[in-house]
Amino acid sequence: MDKSMDIKKRNEMYNNYVQAKIPKTKAWPSLFYSFLVGGIICCIGQGINDLILLWFPNMAEQSAWAYTLIVLIFIASFLTGIGVYDKIGKFAGGGSIVPITGFSNSITSPALEYKHEGIIYGICVKMFTIAGPVIVSGVVASFIVGLIYLFI
Amino acid sequence: MYYLWVFLIGGFICTLGQVLIIYTNITSARILVTFVIIGVLLEAFGIFDPISAFAKAGINVPIIGFGASLAKGAISAVESKGLLGAFTGGLEATAGGIAAAIFFAFIFSLIFKSKTKS
Repeated sequence: MDKSMDIKKRNEMYNNYVQAKIPKTKAWPSLFYSFLVGGIICCIGQGINDLILLWFPNMAEQSAWAYTLIVLIFIASFLTGIGVYDKIGKFAGGGSIVPITGFSNSITSPALEYKHEGIIYGICVKMFTIAGPVIVSGVVASFIVGLIYLFI
Repeated sequence: MYYLWVFLIGGFICTLGQVLIIYTNITSARILVTFVIIGVLLEAFGIFDPISAFAKAGINVPIIGFGASLAKGAISAVESKGLLGAFTGGLEATAGGIAAAIFFAFIFSLIFKSKTKS
């Protein structure tokens, strides 16, 4: 009886300790930076899209967007490789996660991190720790939407 | 002057993500999943295209655009191929992005070393 009280008390103290140690994100600056960085990344995307349409005026709009996203994915993957993207992510928060560059970063980053575990079990497996759920949920949702359109 | 719209809407969507991080402490995987599903829903209800007409990259570059093209691919493939389209359409439309992300991640993780553990 006495012992269980001790454990309870200890757990409570531990929880308070953890609560005190969790880094508090300052709300307003981080909202401002995520707005700024997110907006800038979207403007860069628009710039790439405009350049592609300028150089290849006959390209379909859908293909031009696909190329735009591929270029953005390339840039983000490279910046992750040289360690710059994580520095941006530290102050930009949502601004660096929500754009497609964040998706690219979420694939490259764990691949790089677990490289030492080998190519198959390190790079190839860990690559999908975050991208996996994204692709699964997207494919399931789009399949359901397609199925609904089939029957109406 | 449409760059202003791109900036404002793109920034707004990213700020929504940051609001989720601050007030619910959710992880980045959950944020990406949430926004992909929002994109699928926007496209399924036909709201995405009117926004995309003036927001352009502001809504196509955030992961919402990825969800929307998944749904768009599934819908148009269902119209041309029937049931098979529901299976193939989504991934077909986004194959470029997914393959690029996997390919570049593979190449760059072979070339570079992890910065956080050095």
